[in-house]
Amino acid sequence: MTMLNERQQLSYIAAQAADARLNVELETEGMTLNIGPQHPATHGTLRIIARLDGEQVVWAEPVAGYMHRGYEKLTEVRSFPQVTTLINRIDWLGSFANEVPFILAAEQLMEIEAPPRAQYIRTILFELSRIANVSLFLGDLGVQMGAITPVFMAFRDREYVLNLIEGATGGRFHPNFDRIGGLKDDLPKGWIAETKQVMKKLRQFCDEIEDLLFGNEIFQSRTRGVGIIPADVAKSYGLSGANLRASGVDWDLRRDQSLPMAWDQADFKVWTHPDGDSWARCWIRLQETREATKIVDQLIDNIPAGPVMAKVPRIIKVPEGEAWVSTENPLGEMGYYVVSKGDLGPFRVKIRSASFNNISITPWVLKGVYVPDIITILASLYFILGDIDR
Amino acid sequence: MIQLAVEIPYWGQSLLRVLGGLVAVLLPAGTIVYVFLFKMMSFMQSRLGPMEAGPYGSMQLLAEVSKWLQKEDIIPENADAKIFKIAPIIVLASTFLLVVVVPFGPDAWFTDFQAGVFYALAIGSVSVIGILIAGWSSANKYSYLGGLRAAGQLIAYELPMVLAVVGVVIQAGSMNLQQIVVAQNTQEIFGLDWIGLPFVLTQFVGFLIFMIAVQAELTQAPFDMPIAESELVSGYMTEYSGFRFLIFFIGEFATAGVFAFIASILFLGGWGVPFSWFGWESLDQVENWMNVVGPLIMLSKMMLLVGIIMWVRFSYPRFREDQLQRFAWKVLIPVSLANIAITAILKVAV
Amino acid sequence: MPAKPKVPGLIKGLGVTMGTMFRTAKNGANTVQYPHVKETPPVRARGVIALREDNCTACMLCARSCPDWCIYIEAHKQLAPPRRAGGKPRQVNHLDRFDIDYALCMYCGICVEVCPFDALFWSPEYEYSEPHIADLLHDKSKLGEWMETVPEAPELEAGAQKK
Repeated sequence: MTMLNERQQLSYIAAQAADARLNVELETEGMTLNIGPQHPATHGTLRIIARLDGEQVVWAEPVAGYMHRGYEKLTEVRSFPQVTTLINRIDWLGSFANEVPFILAAEQLMEIEAPPRAQYIRTILFELSRIANVSLFLGDLGVQMGAITPVFMAFRDREYVLNLIEGATGGRFHPNFDRIGGLKDDLPKGWIAETKQVMKKLRQFCDEIEDLLFGNEIFQSRTRGVGIIPADVAKSYGLSGANLRASGVDWDLRRDQSLPMAWDQADFKVWTHPDGDSWARCWIRLQETREATKIVDQLIDNIPAGPVMAKVPRIIKVPEGEAWVSTENPLGEMGYYVVSKGDLGPFRVKIRSASFNNISITPWVLKGVYVPDIITILASLYFILGDIDR
Repeated sequence: MIQLAVEIPYWGQSLLRVLGGLVAVLLPAGTIVYVFLFKMMSFMQSRLGPMEAGPYGSMQLLAEVSKWLQKEDIIPENADAKIFKIAPIIVLASTFLLVVVVPFGPDAWFTDFQAGVFYALAIGSVSVIGILIAGWSSANKYSYLGGLRAAGQLIAYELPMVLAVVGVVIQAGSMNLQQIVVAQNTQEIFGLDWIGLPFVLTQFVGFLIFMIAVQAELTQAPFDMPIAESELVSGYMTEYSGFRFLIFFIGEFATAGVFAFIASILFLGGWGVPFSWFGWESLDQVENWMNVVGPLIMLSKMMLLVGIIMWVRFSYPRFREDQLQRFAWKVLIPVSLANIAITAILKVAV
Repeated sequence: MPAKPKVPGLIKGLGVTMGTMFRTAKNGANTVQYPHVKETPPVRARGVIALREDNCTACMLCARSCPDWCIYIEAHKQLAPPRRAGGKPRQVNHLDRFDIDYALCMYCGICVEVCPFDALFWSPEYEYSEPHIADLLHDKSKLGEWMETVPEAPELEAGAQKK
């Protein structure tokens, strides 16, 4: 129990003692509260079993799997072009970002690389889906704490991004635009000018959310010092993305690894926060949305001319081999381990999705908190059910 | 008192009062729901709200009510059925009992109570019982937590509310709500006789505390911990459906209206206009047409106050239970006690 | 860390909601009143698949590449009149049945992409919901009707290269 901080340790001991005393003297026992699978705070079908002492959590455990769709297995009976239609649906809010690591892994096996124009457009769409994903988080945060207005603002401004994604790819949620060797199509005329406008609107949205929610003293008192995750614990539980950076670990795969994507052409800051509490996680995500709009703005003016598709055979057979590619997705590190036996489809795919690891810390971090804080902590950890259960 | 022109028998007066009470509770509730919950909230969120039922969706509430009335009245198997059934009625009854002491004009009152303030504050907390037994009898852990939270919160905020009113009572020198209205409209401040003396000017701290406490009594955000839809799934209301939920719903907004009436009487001068405008000097000289204009003035003041309550509700996230209690006991109660002390000193000194 | 705001956040938040309210009252809402007003989806939007029956050779490529097997094709071989006078009659596949089950379709667009004879197209039309799930099975005449709604492919952004 060395990983517990002092407050948690004390509250744990106190809770145990209280439990024991009550059990002996009054013959009462703590209450077991089932949060989920049908519960508004779990945005989906996550179930959390919490044992309460009053309103304090003594013990909590997440139960995942209520929405398991077996994508790892399903990919084995699909051909490579068909797989992208499935993995769109893992993190349904940032769906384009799901396709990229898989396609990169397949490209790595085939030893081809997308042309530079495709790389730029991929990166732009990747960041757009990050914005679409995280802006909804910023609104949802309010709803979890009882403020109803931010979520409508988030939906309002996310709509612009979704329209952009739909204009380019044809699908709002499931673009299915990435192909092995490049992209399905080029951008339609007028898209770039529109994107620049939308990015301005989103920066405005970030300011609005900061005024409405993040600047609110009630919000700060609800999140500051709640659900603290120190850096070593965060690392040992395999957290990634904003949750890890909020604990002060400066780790961003967009910057730290070299992939055939255009992130190295953009100048952006990777924000970290020393506190590791709920506030830090929310704040990091707000900053990341701003950074993402900046990345899009920088890249969109410099898209090189050329084709968007490399030369690939009409029927794609991926040579035998294994590849692991992970990218910095909106929720954290998402990776695909693709094993190919030279067939039309992959032999085995292992999907490493960020949310699954991110919620694995809940038993640790929920110990000793109050029931209302369960909701703030879960909201700030930010998981998408599809990303947990795959 | 100016006598009414027509002599109405006692049963007729009672009937009129009952009808008046229904109007005084349900009309504000409906207006609040439409103007604030449907329209103001929607506009604050860049949308239009209900538009289909009636012109600009004005009949939406009727549609909702008829929907709720058609729904099955579900009572959970393990629930304590009798208590479960009467809980919403207790909540709504406290609202109706509350409106009894509210004066809407020089003669437009239901009962002229000498200790009106005392009665209003006491009867306002009857709804706690309804909420507590609703949470208890639902046989649902969320409802149970919600009911406990509600009880803790309502009791905690009852106290600052009472203490905030004490300042007004000291200044007016009466606990009769009618006398408080008269006191505000006959006195003057800064030598400006056209403004009267709305106590919000002298009792601003009291007004703030009272409004915060009202916000908490009504369990509106940021004090909506007991119903917290994202964690307790509407708390004590979780298991209610159909017309029993409707009663809770009406109760919530009707109580908002009635508390706003009381706040406008205590702090904003109630139904009255400064008596010096028309050369009146006491309640007896107030002319009869104020019985018609008075309720309208009250209504507009009520809308203003409820507007503020709802505006805050739509903008703020909610407190945590312990923060909420700490705020009540460590901030509001000391401040209101200090307010009473200062008011009393000034009252004696000036 | 952001600098300590001068205006308390509580007041600022109230300002944001009030500002949005007046903006909505002045400029109108961001929503549209759906059945009365409709948004036009982008040209590329994947709404419904249209079929140009004449182009289809019943090669089954689309049916085979569909990830959830929602395309049903049946055809028979028949003799068509020769192209030139005096030539031999040609053998063509005549399409008996071409159904897409939109209750199963994931709208991925692979079928449109693999079609080598330009027989399938995306149309942005989206209003074809049905009270009965079985009615979502569109047969070839219904799919043919969608052809009227298929837009021209959009122009591409500067720097694009035609494939």
